[in-house]
Amino acid sequence: MAERRTTLSGRSAVPTAPGLGGHVAAERPPALAEHFETLEQQHGVNALGMLVFLGSELMFFGMLFTVYTAYRLRYPEAFAMGSRHLDLALGGINTAVLIISTLMMALAEHSALRGERRWLPRYLALAILLGLLFLGIKGLEYYHHAQEQLLPGFAFSFSGPAAEQVQLFFLLYYAMTGLHAVHLTAGIGVACVMLALAWRGGLLGAEHWPLEMLGLYWNFVDIIWLFLFPLLYLVGRP
Amino acid sequence: MSATTLPAPASYATVSYGLRSWLLTTDHKRIAILYMISITVLFVIGGLAATLMRVELLTPGGRLMDDATYNKLFSVHGIIMVFFFLIPSIPTVLGNFLVPLMIGARDLAFPRLNLASWYIFMLGAAFMLWAIFTGGIDTGWTFYTPFSTSSSTTKVVPALLGIFISGFSSILTGLNFIVTIHRMRAPGLTWFRLPLFLWSLYATSVILVLATPVLGMTLVLVALERVLHVGIFDPALGGDPLLFQHMFWFYSHPAVYVMILPGMGVTSELIAAFTHRQVFGYRFVALASVAIAVLGFLVWGHHMFVAGMSVHAALIFSILSYLVAIPSAIKVFNWTASLHRGAISLDTPLLYALGFVGLFTIGGLTGLFLAALAIDVHVTDTYFVIAHFHYIMVGGMVMAYLGGLHYWWPKITGRLYPEIWGKLAALTVFLGFNLTFFPQYIMGYLGMPRRYHVYPAEFQVFHVLSTAGASILAVGYLLPLVYFLLSLWHGQQATANPWGATGLEWQTSSPPPPHNFVDKPVVTSEPYNYPTREPAHG
Repeated sequence: MAERRTTLSGRSAVPTAPGLGGHVAAERPPALAEHFETLEQQHGVNALGMLVFLGSELMFFGMLFTVYTAYRLRYPEAFAMGSRHLDLALGGINTAVLIISTLMMALAEHSALRGERRWLPRYLALAILLGLLFLGIKGLEYYHHAQEQLLPGFAFSFSGPAAEQVQLFFLLYYAMTGLHAVHLTAGIGVACVMLALAWRGGLLGAEHWPLEMLGLYWNFVDIIWLFLFPLLYLVGRP
Repeated sequence: MSATTLPAPASYATVSYGLRSWLLTTDHKRIAILYMISITVLFVIGGLAATLMRVELLTPGGRLMDDATYNKLFSVHGIIMVFFFLIPSIPTVLGNFLVPLMIGARDLAFPRLNLASWYIFMLGAAFMLWAIFTGGIDTGWTFYTPFSTSSSTTKVVPALLGIFISGFSSILTGLNFIVTIHRMRAPGLTWFRLPLFLWSLYATSVILVLATPVLGMTLVLVALERVLHVGIFDPALGGDPLLFQHMFWFYSHPAVYVMILPGMGVTSELIAAFTHRQVFGYRFVALASVAIAVLGFLVWGHHMFVAGMSVHAALIFSILSYLVAIPSAIKVFNWTASLHRGAISLDTPLLYALGFVGLFTIGGLTGLFLAALAIDVHVTDTYFVIAHFHYIMVGGMVMAYLGGLHYWWPKITGRLYPEIWGKLAALTVFLGFNLTFFPQYIMGYLGMPRRYHVYPAEFQVFHVLSTAGASILAVGYLLPLVYFLLSLWHGQQATANPWGATGLEWQTSSPPPPHNFVDKPVVTSEPYNYPTREPAHG
């Protein structure tokens, strides 16, 4: 009984009121939210939160990957035919664009950590521009598909056998690349906020952790595309 | 005790007033109250649908309503109860309130995200209610294709949207709990000193985070097929309806464990508190929660034994389903062993916990019947299945939720409920529940199919018994609603630790101050560290 009391009653690790614990009450950094003890704890919470979030995100895409795989195994010819209507060149360029944007994001994080106030906004801006370029090229591809009447449910005409299966390929193609584009758009939005902060001299040194979170997310979006590209564009190609 | 000699700080509930201070709060305790009110309203809606169904089933001829209305009623009942009551129930109410308190933290890791998840939940619920009240939905809670994509003429898309949106609320809650339990424990609170409730919530959160996205995307594809008429799941358009079932149950079977694991956690707490001893086999009970969560991801196929599946796949799913019985049985045996030589106080919460153990055991054992391939073929889509999962979800989860509410009510509100009425309600719920659902096992085994309101007259006696039980059950549910509300004004003031229980949540005032603890707690002992009594010889 006595032991139980000592476990939980009045022993205080961090005095909450000045005066109670004398000089121990160090001042709190302004970036530290009130429900955390230390900046390290706050940083750990944010990093783990982002990783758990990305784990959840992976299941969103994973479900679509599974459905795609199931139908590709069932209709290999139709999916190869559908894939022939995707623009390998534009898709390839886009892959490179996205990889370079991730490099810029990594460099931005790096320069933030080293406190390079001049370089951080530049790298961030480049990452954003390349992200926008990716979306632009993707939009151009969508526009081409629309001209070719390859919009499932709206305007879909495909001459040849297995038109229904080809339509299914395109539906999954739109669902997967569309979900990916939504994620990239969200990432670009957050990156713009970060750019504004970096412009005013924020996010440097110990304050770089929001950028680290964005970097994790950006990498995730990039990696998803690295799976989407071969899955969708390279079906049945020699 | 002596710790409360300082002037009590303002509680979380009285620190500020006005609707705005509640709707914009980031205090996990206030958010828990918001959830409690919301899911209580939704529970009443789902319960009303069940009431109408039970009244209709009194007669075999279908006198009260037509088929379409009955289809809508069981769909509303299932959808509301599963997605908008059972899945959020214990995690969002008791979990939100208790996770930070039990680990000695000031709040959850992401307080604003926590509030956002409530708003997302309400938005999802609003879509669902809109779908229900502007035409209804008749697919059942399972949305099986191709009926949901091609045949149903009801409000399927708004309903799907409602569930899709509320899914994000589940994911964010799960994420918040995982990060909080990992990173915000008080000094000295190691993993094996965590209350068992937190182990079960942790396992639940992993399921919520990993399984909910699969359901979300599945429902998006159903909506796409319905709107665009492209064959994803409709065989007439080249799709595969079995793929839908795989995807649906990949979420919905783990979701069954979302609807029972938190109840197991509450039961562990109640048994420890009212036997005044450490739960027997603490580590086994803790790890059994993890085992159930992991196995839960591997057994979805047992919902599809009659849907068309290779013999090998069916055998594997059957064996894996049996394996779930092992961690479940570990829990039941350990709870029972904890009662042995415990200093039992037979208070209301323990009555619910004992009810949970018994009813969960019946529900779990009949689950083994269903995991057996041959018997499953016989009883698939009968009332046997209905009775089985109601024993788990109502007999298990709802009993645990009520037990938990009674146990932590003094902490949440600072008031005591009338114990005699509590015991009466607990007994009423137990009797009403069994009278409602036990006859359903029998009529199901005899062949009464689920989801039909016109049935052969030979089943009428079981249906009448079931409806009689449901009336008693309804009284059992109304009683706590009344005396809980009355206790807010007339209840006796609760002390910090009215049950004499261990656990950090009992070390702060009732109701707790906004930041939970005046002094940051430090933990130096094992959980449930009740004073050991002299062992009896022999």
